[in-house]
Amino acid sequence: MSFMPYVAPEQMMKDRSDYAHKGIARGRSVLGLEYADGLLFLAENPSTTLHKISEVYDQVAFAGVGKYSEFEEMRIAGIRLADLRGYQYGREDVKARDLANAYSQALSSIFTQQMKPYEIELLVGEVDGEESGTSIYHVLFDGSVSDEQGYVAMGGHAEDLSDALKDRYQTGWDLDTAVRTAITTLATVPETREVPAEQIEAGVLDRTRSHRRKFRRLTPAEIEAALAG
Amino acid sequence: MTGRIQPPVSGPSFGANPSFADLLRDSRPEIAGTPRSIASTDVPVPHGTTVLGLKYADGVIMAGDRRATSGYTVADAKMRKVFAADDYSAIAIAGAAGQAIEMVKLFQLELEHYEKITGDRLSLEGKANRLAQMIRSNFPLAMQGLVVVPLFGGFDHATGEGRIFYYDATGGRWEEDDYQATGSGSQPAKNSLKKRWKTGLSRDDALRVAAEALIDAAEDDSATGGPDAIRGIWPVMVIVTAEGASDVPEDEVAAAVESVLASRGGNT
Repeated sequence: MSFMPYVAPEQMMKDRSDYAHKGIARGRSVLGLEYADGLLFLAENPSTTLHKISEVYDQVAFAGVGKYSEFEEMRIAGIRLADLRGYQYGREDVKARDLANAYSQALSSIFTQQMKPYEIELLVGEVDGEESGTSIYHVLFDGSVSDEQGYVAMGGHAEDLSDALKDRYQTGWDLDTAVRTAITTLATVPETREVPAEQIEAGVLDRTRSHRRKFRRLTPAEIEAALAG
Repeated sequence: MTGRIQPPVSGPSFGANPSFADLLRDSRPEIAGTPRSIASTDVPVPHGTTVLGLKYADGVIMAGDRRATSGYTVADAKMRKVFAADDYSAIAIAGAAGQAIEMVKLFQLELEHYEKITGDRLSLEGKANRLAQMIRSNFPLAMQGLVVVPLFGGFDHATGEGRIFYYDATGGRWEEDDYQATGSGSQPAKNSLKKRWKTGLSRDDALRVAAEALIDAAEDDSATGGPDAIRGIWPVMVIVTAEGASDVPEDEVAAAVESVLASRGGNT
C-alpha cells in the first residue's frame, strides 16, 4: 500500500490550475470576433491540416487552444453530441449553450477528478437568423464558462490580445476588416513581428450563407486578399 | 498510486469512429428505431414507387414520381423520394416509405458526420459502399416485406464524371454505365430510357428524357403517379454536377414534362 502525503485542497487546485495555465500559455492564440454577417474564428496555426477551428453543427462552430489531442477529443465529443441531439429532436434544437454546458461539465470533472487537468481552452460560437442571435461561449480548463460579447482572445497571450482588441474593436465590421484586424492584432503579441498569411487558419459562421450549414473555412487566397485590402 | 487516466472518449477501439449510424446504435439504441422483427407482414404501410437516375454531359440526374401507395390506396400524392445526400451526391428511394425516408435521413447524417469528424468528404466509392452496408442491415425487415431499394448517384471528383449505383434488398451493389430505374414502374421507365437515352445528353434533353420515362411509367404502372398540372404536382429531380447537388427548379421540371406531353399531341 502506498501513502500519499497530505496536500491541502487549496494547494492541489492551485497546482493543477498552474499546470494547465502553463500548458495553455505555451501554445498560440485564437481570436473570436463578431462581424457584420456573423462570427469569425482566427488562429495562428502553422499546420494546414491539423485544425484548431471546426464546424460542429449548422450554426455552431468550435475553436480550441492548448494540447491538440485534448481539444480534438472535445471537438469530436461535441460533434457527436450535436449530431445526436439534432437527430433525436430537430436541427434547430441544437444550441451552442447546451454544448458549452456539456464542455463545462466534462472539463470540470476532469479538472477535479483526474490526475492531470486538460491543458485547453475552448470557444463555442453560434449565429442565429438575426444579428442579436450571435453568441460566443468561452470554456476554461476547469470548466468555468463565460459568455463573451463582440470579441474574445484565448491561449498563450490572451490578456494582451484582449487589451489590444479592446482598443480596436468596432461593431459592424465587414469580413475583410475583421480578418485584417485580427491578424495585425496577433502580430503585435508577444512582440511585433510578421505573421504570414499562410500561417493563419480562419473559419466563419456566415449567417448570409444560403447553405443550411453556415460554417466555412476561409481559403488562403481570401486571407491574402483581406490582408492586402 | 491511485486513480488513472481514463481512455479517451473515442472508446475501446483505436481512433475516432466517424460513423453516425454506429454512434447511434452504440450510444442510443432506443432511438435508433430499427425493430429487430415484426410479427406480421400484413401491416399496410405506404410504398414509394418509381425512381430513376441517368448520366448526362455534366453529371447525373435523379428523378422520381410523387406517389406513395398502400395496397390499392394512394397514400400520398406528393411524396418526395429524391434527395441530395450531401453536396455532391443524391439518393432516390423506392420501397417501404417509412423505412426508406429514415434510411435517407441516416445516410445524410452519416455523410455529414464523417465530414465533420475527419475534415474530409468521403469518396463517392466510400459513400456507395456505406449505403450498401446500411441496406444490408435492413435485411431482416426486408425479408418481412419492408424492402428499401435506393438508387445512388453522384459526381466523382477522382474520375471527373457522374456515377450511378443500383442496389437490391440484400445490399447488393452494382454500378450502372448510363441509366437505371427502380420501383414498381421501373420496367416501363427503363424501356423508355433505353429508347431515349444517349451518351452526352445536354441538361435540357436529359430532363426531358427523365420526364418522359416517368410519364411512361405512370401510364403503365398504377402505383406510379403521373404529373398533374392542375394540382401542380410535378416529379422531383435532383441534378449533381462538379459544382454540387441541387434541386431542379419546379418550373424547369414542369416545362420538360409539358414539352413531352405536347410532343405526344395531347393537351395538358
